[in-house]
Amino acid sequence: MDLKDLYRDVIVDHNRNPRNFGKLEPADARADGHNPLCGDRLTVYAKLDGEQISDVKFEGSGCAISVASASLLTEAVKGKTRAEVQALFDDVHALLTQHDANVDLSKLGKLAALSGVREFPARVKCASLCWHTLNAALDSQAEPVSTE
Amino acid sequence: MSANLRPVTGFDVEAIRRDFPILHQQVNGKPLVYLDNAASSQHPRSVIEAISSYYERDHANVHRGVHALSQRATDAFEGARDVIRRFINAADTKEIIYTRGTTEAVNLVAQSFLRPTLKAGDEVLISALEHHANIVPWQLVCEQTGAKLKVIPIDDRGVVDFAAFEKLIGPQTKLLALAHVSNALGTIVPVAKYIAVAKRHGVPVLLDGAQAIPHTRVDVRALDCDFYCFSAHKMLGPTGFGVLYGRKALLEKMPPWQGGGDMILTVTFEKSTFNQLPWKFEAGTPHIAGAVGLAAAIEYLEGIGMDRIAAYEHELLTYATERLSKIPGLRIVGTAPEKAAVISFVFDDIHPHDIGTIVDTEGVAIRTGHHCAMPVMDFFKIPATARASFSFYNTFEEIDRLAAALEHTRRVLGG
Repeated sequence: MDLKDLYRDVIVDHNRNPRNFGKLEPADARADGHNPLCGDRLTVYAKLDGEQISDVKFEGSGCAISVASASLLTEAVKGKTRAEVQALFDDVHALLTQHDANVDLSKLGKLAALSGVREFPARVKCASLCWHTLNAALDSQAEPVSTE
Repeated sequence: MSANLRPVTGFDVEAIRRDFPILHQQVNGKPLVYLDNAASSQHPRSVIEAISSYYERDHANVHRGVHALSQRATDAFEGARDVIRRFINAADTKEIIYTRGTTEAVNLVAQSFLRPTLKAGDEVLISALEHHANIVPWQLVCEQTGAKLKVIPIDDRGVVDFAAFEKLIGPQTKLLALAHVSNALGTIVPVAKYIAVAKRHGVPVLLDGAQAIPHTRVDVRALDCDFYCFSAHKMLGPTGFGVLYGRKALLEKMPPWQGGGDMILTVTFEKSTFNQLPWKFEAGTPHIAGAVGLAAAIEYLEGIGMDRIAAYEHELLTYATERLSKIPGLRIVGTAPEKAAVISFVFDDIHPHDIGTIVDTEGVAIRTGHHCAMPVMDFFKIPATARASFSFYNTFEEIDRLAAALEHTRRVLGG
């Protein structure tokens, strides 16, 4: 278990300087994610152009893994269609949870930095919170999401 | 400050550590530093052996069989009750009710003592320091009866506001339920003066002693409380076992809480009659090995002496407070003048879960999160803290290891 696998430079950077951080108003979709045991709490906003996510932002507070994951998510999904986001989510989920995941890392770009999380099972819920929250926003779900 | 320059109360901690097999292991390639004692303490070999010896030689169901094993199991189970009675200086073993832990003990009092008489307009008084186990059972009984839950505020040191308490208590107050020691912050609540005021108002008092009993001498008669709840697993004993001490006169008037075997004298389909104290409240086959393990834990604690344990742990607290306070950006949350050996803290803007993960890779086990005390976190406007909690088997060197692991944490996160 190597700590540097979890807190890679990309993760540390996106935690210290989260991208696309703040409110997006007006937003076509938004949802809240909250892991009460951790205290991680975030809101994801998206603007939609038909099926395409034209803009996305997030705000909130949490551990380095949850903040960096949300920041990386915003960079990765901007300009993508819902179907493309779902495919990306499936890949990220496999990356976070399966050692033998058959994921093409080259397609994931910076999101590949999250691969170290699977060595720390207690932290998978931190990295996945933003993804479930984005899904809830796109599904117009009113109830806050939790991955605990 | 070098650890070995500390004056220690002639306490042979190395000899004590040899009694705890679990402490001697590597975690992530480093010697384990176990600082999560407020969540659950570890077991000396004597407790582990008492439990395994019970299972290897004496196990059978209690209170029923006429055979030898059942008699031995019953003797061990009931013998433990007297060990516990002496440890907290209760007057009578009938006042020692076995439960699954502090949480069940509080629920028992809520449902059996309060619920039959509580009504709209009545109040249950707690403090803002409480663990969820000393909040939610009262919320449930208040919802069931229309009574109100009132909360004594705390100040920014984590000290319960005594003046506010004196204003909140009154004829409408049907119970005062207080933590003896706060699990989240370590505050030792000066319960004696609260109990004195409650007595003047004729208000019964329950103390949540889960965090107090491992660290200090508890004398329920000197405290003059009506109920005292604690868990075996915070005091070197097994999980899933605990005690409700209750004043006999109150317990006798309380109806049974759960029905089943052991708590009855006779059963017909028309009516059952109930067993006497303490078995009236102990339905079903109990955690026999739990009682055996707790008795062995008490014997171990008494072998060292609760006063010596308290003195040594106070030195650990003093050293850890000094040591951690010197780390730039670290802020201790909970600075009451009287504290048990618990340090809750926040560290720059590093989330406690990152701290927990990173110090774990250095072999250091601490707790992170809200510590089942979300209202305390809300009061301090933080989502969570990191918490190091010490036991008498911890050392000054381990505090240095924690401090080094925290410095490492900052480096990992690029601070």
